[in-house]
Amino acid sequence: MLSALLIMASIAVALGAVLGYAAIRFKVEGDPLVEKIDAILPQTQCGQCGYPGCKPYAQAIANGEADINQCPPGGEEGIRKLADLLGREFKPLSEEHGVEKPKSVAFIDEQRCIGCTLCIQACPVDAIVGAAKQMHTVVAPLCTGCELCIAPCPVDCITMEALPETVETWKWKYPVVDIRRAA
Amino acid sequence: MTMRLSGFHGGIEPDAHKHESSGAPIVPAPLPARLVVPLRQSARAVAECLVAPGQQVLKGERIGAPEGVLGTAVHAPTSGTVIEVAEYPMPHPSGLSTLSVVIEPDGEERWTALHPFDWRARPRNEALAHLRDCGIVGLGGATFPSHVKLGTGTGIEVLILNGAECEPWITCDDRLMRERAADILAGAQILRELIGAGRLVVGIEDNKPEAIEAMHAAAAGLDGGVAVVPVPARYPAGGEKQLIRTLTGIEIPYGRLGGEFGVQCFNVATAHAVYRAMAFGEPMVSRVVTLTGNVDRPGNVEALIGTPIEDLLALAGPRRADTDRVLMGGPMMGFALPSLTVPVLKATNCLIAASPRLFPPAPPEQACIRCGACARACPAELQPFELYWFARSKNFGKAQEYHLFDCIECGCCAYVCPAHIPLVDYYRFAKSEIWARERDKSAADQARERFEFRNWRQEREKEEKAAKLAAKAAETRARLAAEGGEAVAADAPPAAEDPKKALIAAALARAKAQQAAAAPKNTEGLSAGTQAEIDEIERRRRALGLAETADGTAAPDTPARDA
Repeated sequence: MLSALLIMASIAVALGAVLGYAAIRFKVEGDPLVEKIDAILPQTQCGQCGYPGCKPYAQAIANGEADINQCPPGGEEGIRKLADLLGREFKPLSEEHGVEKPKSVAFIDEQRCIGCTLCIQACPVDAIVGAAKQMHTVVAPLCTGCELCIAPCPVDCITMEALPETVETWKWKYPVVDIRRAA
Repeated sequence: MTMRLSGFHGGIEPDAHKHESSGAPIVPAPLPARLVVPLRQSARAVAECLVAPGQQVLKGERIGAPEGVLGTAVHAPTSGTVIEVAEYPMPHPSGLSTLSVVIEPDGEERWTALHPFDWRARPRNEALAHLRDCGIVGLGGATFPSHVKLGTGTGIEVLILNGAECEPWITCDDRLMRERAADILAGAQILRELIGAGRLVVGIEDNKPEAIEAMHAAAAGLDGGVAVVPVPARYPAGGEKQLIRTLTGIEIPYGRLGGEFGVQCFNVATAHAVYRAMAFGEPMVSRVVTLTGNVDRPGNVEALIGTPIEDLLALAGPRRADTDRVLMGGPMMGFALPSLTVPVLKATNCLIAASPRLFPPAPPEQACIRCGACARACPAELQPFELYWFARSKNFGKAQEYHLFDCIECGCCAYVCPAHIPLVDYYRFAKSEIWARERDKSAADQARERFEFRNWRQEREKEEKAAKLAAKAAETRARLAAEGGEAVAADAPPAAEDPKKALIAAALARAKAQQAAAAPKNTEGLSAGTQAEIDEIERRRRALGLAETADGTAAPDTPARDA
């Protein structure tokens, strides 16, 4: 009787030690769910969702504080991916957070720029170059199109320009069946 | 020379339609009135413009410098004047425009100074740079830069020269092999030396006996190790992996390249261009183009890059009334040109005038009946029906799992499909959609990285500022202590935790001390006249009863009155 108890107890201690070791050895840093959500978000860092950047929004979704339909740049496809990931129902983009727009980049009218550096400070991805009282310009390939630079500009010299389709970015269209011919 | 050949899986045997255009020799196309040379010769390779409108250029002069890893140079196809550098439509399924140099020929065809390159005496990397500067790209259709394909020059045992030309209607390589076999083999020897291959195998489809004969004759004069091997005519025998498998028996696995298995493959026309570039220093300014299909005089022409396609087609006779579109490339892998004003590119191997008689419109698409005919025909040994379902339902992850990117878009599956499903269109759609997502994803990753770096930078700046402030505060305190301001030291909070507060406190104490020191100064040591004046003013003030008011304006006067 005693020996059986001892054996069971020692097994419990051994397994407990293994589990304890595993918990330290294989500890996951950070919340993997937040990382997964963040990977789906478009990283425009525009704040239209009401959070200061994509990562805080991902955190809020993971905590159940925010809904999945608050990201206009991610659009419908982003919401679908989030719904898939989190096992929730798809819902259309919430209107109060904005509308889905074609991908654009900011453009600074260099004739009107006064070199105040306000847009440089507003840009979340450091995509604007310039210095005080020097002309500023947007590094277009780095611009995420978040529009955060538009409001601070005192002379309204920043506009959003939709990216034109080029040979490089052109996509084959989804094959469509000619219904008249098929009928 | 006999050789054991292995077959490749699947494939089809459509009507070859080679005899229409293969009979007549290659003729040089006349100089057009205007040449439009796109600086982007393929969707991924772009060149930087080196000329300005109004500039005189000579034939073979570089007008576009290679940009990026996959870039190659672009050259003026003839001598003349650059009249414009602007966006012009390029021969691409999209019909979109790209930056092009428009040249008005002067009709003299004056060459720029050409520099032949001694590839035996000079280092290998210089030879590759020479090929890049000569704009040499693979002429089999994909226009992959040859200097990139030549790689590191180690580990390659067999160099395969691809003269299969398996796609129906096209005969440009056939004619080139018949007429310039010696030059092709000379180029192949250069490639062989650059790539360090021991064996050279030329694979030619057996429906081109004249070309095989010509290449045999040319190879006979060369020292050993050159084999000209007829391969069974079966589309797509000229696909790189298919030809490698036929000639060497090596099966290249999914997602790998021939180079990893000691085999590299070049097109015969590319070898010819390499020979011209090395022996004469000639850059790639022209290529052989097959004109065929619904035309009066089909044949092959040597056309300058940038020649408008309508000018070329006019050489094969007037446009027939029933020609409904023009295909660039073959009927299997080519595409219908969006307009005929587009120029010849380095990739333009064939132009087919199509009519409903030659290419009847496909019957309506029906539902997939899961017969598996496509899987039997697929030369890449994929499962086209699975890929079709995944592409159709936009399940791109699954499509990639089924090796969508090993699809060579040869069109065999669509050719055999009894339900007439345009399978390749679905694959192309899925591929370009996946590429677009990859681009978006890498842009998002970059944005995330930059955003995080910016946050980190702002944090760092804040810390640096705080540290600077603390240092300054400490310095001030030390200075004040040294000046013997015991009172100040007593006033300041002892060992202030917040350096900012300490600094403010120190500044305040300093100001107080200064004030205390300075306040009496302006009423000390006054001259008798000034003192009398002050007394007079004070007397008037008292008379008005102003001095009693304790507001701010009167306050500064108080010390004077007291004195």
